[in-house]
Amino acid sequence: MSNLEILFSLVPRAVLDTCWMSAASSFFALFFGLPIGLLLYTTSSGNLFENAWINRPVSAIVDSIRAIPFIILAASIMPITRIVVGKAVGNEAMIFILSISAIPFYARMAELSFRNVEKDLIDTVYSMGATRFQTILEVALPEALPSLITGFTVAIIAIVAASATAGFIGAGGLGQLAISYGYQRYNPTVMTSIIFILIVLNVLIQWLGDRITRKFNHSR
Amino acid sequence: MKHFDKPLLELKNIQRLFSKTAVIDGVSFSVHREEVLGIIGRSGAGKSTLIRCINGLECIDSGQIFFETQNIAQLNDNDRRLIRRRIGMIFQNFNLLSSRRIIDNVALPLKLSGASKANRRRRALDLLDIVSLADKAAHYPVQLSGGQKQRVCIARALATNPSVLLSDEATSALDPETTQSILELLTKIKSHMGLTIILITHEMEIIRSIATRLIVLDQGRILEEGSVRDVFAQPKNETTKSLLQVILPTLPSTIAAKLNFIDGQDAIIEFHISGLEAHEPFLNKLEAETGMVARIIQGGIEYIQNEAIGRFFLAIKATDKQKLEKAYAWLAQHSDKSEIVGYV
Repeated sequence: MSNLEILFSLVPRAVLDTCWMSAASSFFALFFGLPIGLLLYTTSSGNLFENAWINRPVSAIVDSIRAIPFIILAASIMPITRIVVGKAVGNEAMIFILSISAIPFYARMAELSFRNVEKDLIDTVYSMGATRFQTILEVALPEALPSLITGFTVAIIAIVAASATAGFIGAGGLGQLAISYGYQRYNPTVMTSIIFILIVLNVLIQWLGDRITRKFNHSR
Repeated sequence: MKHFDKPLLELKNIQRLFSKTAVIDGVSFSVHREEVLGIIGRSGAGKSTLIRCINGLECIDSGQIFFETQNIAQLNDNDRRLIRRRIGMIFQNFNLLSSRRIIDNVALPLKLSGASKANRRRRALDLLDIVSLADKAAHYPVQLSGGQKQRVCIARALATNPSVLLSDEATSALDPETTQSILELLTKIKSHMGLTIILITHEMEIIRSIATRLIVLDQGRILEEGSVRDVFAQPKNETTKSLLQVILPTLPSTIAAKLNFIDGQDAIIEFHISGLEAHEPFLNKLEAETGMVARIIQGGIEYIQNEAIGRFFLAIKATDKQKLEKAYAWLAQHSDKSEIVGYV
């Protein structure tokens, strides 16, 4: 196959695979990471639902998962992947692994966003007679929103990068293509093209993330 | 001031500890309806902590707080929350929510208390009208100046129709002109709505222009308490005096440097006058009755709660001791305080 044939026959599918894996993993990172981040924030000392008995174990689990390099994590949780997804290779298995790795990452990012909400604002609504749930809903979430979106953008880009690494361990997508043509066969044309596509993808995600952040950010 | 009715708010022997040191140390006072109580003290005196104890932003370690004769400590969480809605608060840093439009910021306390959307909107617009910012309803806080933000903050604090307004250094971040306009707004609202205001500040100027009664706080204790007029006319405590110093006339430094305590051409007399005496042409009377003329070196008369309070440094010829003695005796008789501070 000529380089052009390779690019035209394999790249569209690879792009779709990468997008699908990244999108699904990002969704799970948000769906589970945001509540865990909120839990870490609200149960930390001096905050609304201060509770060391919840905060410390959750914090420890989050940090433990984050300490494991992605490839090692993928290998070590393979039995769990097999139970949850039914198989240990393929895109769906990778979505599970990517999610497990991204959830704690985004949880910490979200916690940081919540922490940056001024304590004075929390005090202010408290003095208005707000309940703790109202405080979260009416102040913590809307005030942290721009920062939560920025953090989510960073998380998506990290997930795209990790999904490329996942090409080594049986995932499809651009990563797998780059590894088999760029790393194993050293085909500079294909490799450069894939790098270019990855760059475009990241730039697009960042641009979109910044745009949405700006739309919700009224503080400047 | 209606001292005969029950106080709106009463604090009894409040103590607040920060790591075993008392920040508030046995403070008791009461506030009556439609009073403007100013709490003044240097930074670190415990003013902020004290005012935050009132609405529960700070918990107290001992003592009792009564709001309309209800002991706040004995209420359950829900009732305490209801009381908080009747105590509005404004802040030095405004604390507006950057994510909400001005109208939604003002309507927030109403949203928290479950008012309908239409009611919230109507009330918020009314309040913005009172603080003359109705045209900024759709703006975001970042688009407003400091003074405008404080007006929004005031409108928001009034949303739930509170009976008390707490002001935590509300004008400290504003320039003098804006400060004045905010104080005028507070005075206007106070008389229209029958509001009781408790304000803390480190500026005597604020107390002078708006407060009716004043508490001087130092190291968590009340040093002096009384009507603003009385404390201004005759401060008893050294800390009060030094807090007052900034707005009181002082002897010009060129004269102070030359001052000696034995003899000289002129005697420098510090002279305090208040009440009816201050409305008299006292220097003319001094001349008519003793034949001595006094020259004003520094000072003037100001009006606090509609009462004239004058403070002057006078210079009187000291070459003839007998005449000076006579003039001095006359001044002493017609003033709150007369004192020869020295000679030049």
